[in-house]
Amino acid sequence: MPSTDELKQRIETAIPGARAEVTDLTGGGDHFRASVAAPEFAGLSRIEQHRRVYAVFGPDIGGPIHALSLETRAE
Amino acid sequence: MSETTENPIREAIAEAIRDHEVILFMKGTPERPACGFSARTVAALEATGAPFAAVDILPDPRIRQELSALSNWPTIPQLFVKGELVGGCDIVVEMYESGELADTLGVEPPAEAPAEAPQAAEPGAPPLQIDNNLVDRS
Repeated sequence: MPSTDELKQRIETAIPGARAEVTDLTGGGDHFRASVAAPEFAGLSRIEQHRRVYAVFGPDIGGPIHALSLETRAE
Repeated sequence: MSETTENPIREAIAEAIRDHEVILFMKGTPERPACGFSARTVAALEATGAPFAAVDILPDPRIRQELSALSNWPTIPQLFVKGELVGGCDIVVEMYESGELADTLGVEPPAEAPAEAPQAAEPGAPPLQIDNNLVDRS
């Protein structure tokens, strides 16, 4: 079961300079919300920013991670 | 490589996206959303008053698989406007709250900007509908 720390670490490892805050929405370890700020988001559309974060998890989204709600911004 | 002739489901999805100016792929139906994210997205769309088509992806797991392959977006719901992916629940609700959603949908924004997105009804039990996977509400 993925943890909020694991998700945070995976995002921050995969996206250089990213800062992520991850919360477990239900306490069940499968519905998460992540707020992610990263320099490389500058100039990307919201869609592209979210895609970048989803790409970190690949098939885990819809697998062990049932839902990952996102809020992204460039910094 | 184009395999449109090899993949009737993906072709049907692409056609639905082409044929409907505003189309939402969701879990359940607008009347009976089967997931909180789909329910919130429907609530935001309905609050703008814009007509939209809705497709329930639950009856056949291949719909979701092909949709995500086509859109390069892993989660449901997915809103398309004029053939382009606008986003999922987070983006649609964010756009509703900022007033952008009405613009994107080509309708007048509500006179008073809402402080936050409308409450979605609690999702009911997932409907078991096999053939009702394309409901044209436009």
